[in-house]
Amino acid sequence: MPSLKTLRNRIASVKATQKITKAMQMVAASKLRRAQAAAEAARPYSARMAAVLGNLAATAGSSAGAPRLLAGTGADQKHLLLVCTADRGLCGAFNSSIARLARDHANRLMAEGKEVKFLCVGKKGYDALRRLFAKQIIDVIELRAIKQISFADADAIGKRVLALFEAGEVDVCTLFYGEFKSVISQVPTARRLIPADAGSAVAPAAGAASYEYEPDEEAILADLLPRNLSVQIFRALLENVASEQGAKMSAMDSATRNAGDMINRYTLLYNRSRQAQITKELIEIISGAEAL
Amino acid sequence: MAEAFQFELVAPERLLMSETVDQVVVPGSEGYFTVLKGHAPFMSTMRPGVVDVTPAGGGAAQRIFVRGGFADVSNEGLTILAEQAIPLAEIDGETLAREVKNAEEDVADAKDGATKDAAELRLNQLKEVQAAVSGERSSAH
Repeated sequence: MPSLKTLRNRIASVKATQKITKAMQMVAASKLRRAQAAAEAARPYSARMAAVLGNLAATAGSSAGAPRLLAGTGADQKHLLLVCTADRGLCGAFNSSIARLARDHANRLMAEGKEVKFLCVGKKGYDALRRLFAKQIIDVIELRAIKQISFADADAIGKRVLALFEAGEVDVCTLFYGEFKSVISQVPTARRLIPADAGSAVAPAAGAASYEYEPDEEAILADLLPRNLSVQIFRALLENVASEQGAKMSAMDSATRNAGDMINRYTLLYNRSRQAQITKELIEIISGAEAL
Repeated sequence: MAEAFQFELVAPERLLMSETVDQVVVPGSEGYFTVLKGHAPFMSTMRPGVVDVTPAGGGAAQRIFVRGGFADVSNEGLTILAEQAIPLAEIDGETLAREVKNAEEDVADAKDGATKDAAELRLNQLKEVQAAVSGERSSAH
């Protein structure tokens, strides 16, 4: 049975923790609103990009001279996993579920005898993967210092991936991130970046007017594909931020609730033992008086 | 009076502009071109330059600096996917000067001939824009 003093201290400390989690929840809520707005604002661009790419891929992609970013290198040996997670923890299973998805994917590929490399965006994913794949991680990019992710940040990552691809170190590139469904639901998602996944775009209707291109189709496609890479990464990063804040918000919400439960339990225990002590003292006094 | 059509200007961060317009002048990579209603489906890359928008119903023309991207003319209208877009009224000489400086560094850094050519082209285009902007400023004063 803990003493009254330890119980009192315990209650005070849980209350302090509850205040912190409550504050974190509120911060996450306001950040979430901003992140969600940013993710939604970026949607038109990536949607248009996908439509344009789908259009182009339908006409130029089938020809033999299709760019390698679209058609692939023909090989399927070297895989790059671009794992986007948060830089901070305390957001429930968000980071670990993305890392788990990437890990399962990597294990499956390695079982098939493929070569797998990682490029981590966000510290937490790196921490989770470091133990298993320390030698295969090329680098870790931290975005902690950046308040609002801009396209330039995503572009830098895209250029990096592109450089690896052009150096022949990568055949297939897959992007892992947490897709934002709602505040309580974030789905870890894998998306293939290279070769570009143009199949998901709606194929243009057969009656669509034929386009004129300036310069020619190949030149536009060659310009468009690298940019598409950056746009996809940009979108993933924005979704990730929104997901992280959503996960953090619900994690902190349940932490606050747990702390409340704990305080109730301890308060009850405290009152009981205080009462027991009072009763004990009374019995001692009364029985002492009776003995006289 | 020209007929109006739908025009959208999208930057990666957000949708900048979505309205009906009479005409738009676009800095295509192989020369400026003007889009009116009923333009044939057309797709072009853009160079750094100024997009000139004439709103429907005769409002004041809007001029926007874009830093490369794509213009997509379809039956529905014109969509510009800009890498970066800043209204000319908001841009200051400093931003442009910085861009020019970056481009100059790119030229200096370029290793092989092809990238050097590309960087030089970009630098020249930016200088052109800079001249146009400062010219407009001085004539306005």
